[in-house]
Amino acid sequence: MWFITNQTPKRNHKGHQHHGPHDHHTNEVKTKKSGTRKIKVVKRVLDANDMMADRMRTVFNDKKVFVLNMMSSPGSGKTTTLEKTLARIMPDLNCAVIVGDICTTQDADRLAKSGAPVIQINTDAFGGDCHLAAHVVEKAVANLNLDTIDLLIVENIGNLVCPAEFDIGEDKRVVVLSVTEGEDKPAKYPLMFRECNATLLNKTDLLPYLDFDMDLVRTSIGKIHPGMPIFEISAKTEDGFDQWIGWLVGNVKEKLGM
Amino acid sequence: MHEMGIAMEIMEIVKASIPAEMKDARVEKVNLKVGKLSAIVVDSLRFCFNLVVKDSPLEGVELAVEEVPVVARCKDCRHQWTIDQPVFTCEKCQSGTIDILSGRELDISSIEIEDENED
Repeated sequence: MWFITNQTPKRNHKGHQHHGPHDHHTNEVKTKKSGTRKIKVVKRVLDANDMMADRMRTVFNDKKVFVLNMMSSPGSGKTTTLEKTLARIMPDLNCAVIVGDICTTQDADRLAKSGAPVIQINTDAFGGDCHLAAHVVEKAVANLNLDTIDLLIVENIGNLVCPAEFDIGEDKRVVVLSVTEGEDKPAKYPLMFRECNATLLNKTDLLPYLDFDMDLVRTSIGKIHPGMPIFEISAKTEDGFDQWIGWLVGNVKEKLGM
Repeated sequence: MHEMGIAMEIMEIVKASIPAEMKDARVEKVNLKVGKLSAIVVDSLRFCFNLVVKDSPLEGVELAVEEVPVVARCKDCRHQWTIDQPVFTCEKCQSGTIDILSGRELDISSIEIEDENED
């Protein structure tokens, strides 16, 4: 199911290594034991996704579009962070948003107020998926005019597990962790923090009411992904936004040569 | 949480990997490597796989899973070790620049097919 608003008229991904598209043609048959043949396959199960993501990455590079994959658990404040971020960086940067949810168009309606083209993906048509896979993003991107876009932000489905596994052709990944979720979450979901390029620690305006240990979460993230930038922000008050926006815009301009 | 999709993908890859001359032979076993750092719960995957292959030519096929440990090598001191805690700094020199050598796998390594024509 697709909902499109504000329509215009018309990594370097690091980490896992992808096998080439032809690896599966090298099947090798050998006899293992009587009556059974063992056939060497050596194929990544997510090859189809990764190949599609690589194809999209090529398109994004050709069209000079920077793609940000934004991930977090539900309720961390991704959408509010995005609303405030768009208000600061538009119209200097032409932005578009793809937002994934299992149901409802609430996020798209909120983000559309920024004036950016917003495409809502509801995954119930795909079985209530827990993540956005490359083929889903590719279909959504087909509804955008990439020639008019500098920065495409994909707000992934709220989930700290599965989205980390799926390459969608992005340039950078950020994870939003709100301080109400507890400082233990990076250690519980290390893959997400390992795969991302920056962490936003959101809702810092609530710190006076919580026992959140900022040093502990910084140490924990530092062990999982040494050197990753961590920005303490409040999407409500916009505290800390200068540093976060500086990082984001710096990365976009570096890619686009602005 | 996406084990069902993975199970379906495995079934498609297995079907596509059966040599043409053995199309009607029974697949006995699928050998899968799952890294400890992949977001896959092996028990859930097995459950989903059994559902996916039910009433298909692959019904009854065994899904053999080899879990692969997370092995890292320090880029500074070249120390190599197995990571079993969410700590990705070198255990010897504390450097943060490391290569992950294994642990992200979700690979089909081979399939085993019944061969009636064999002597």
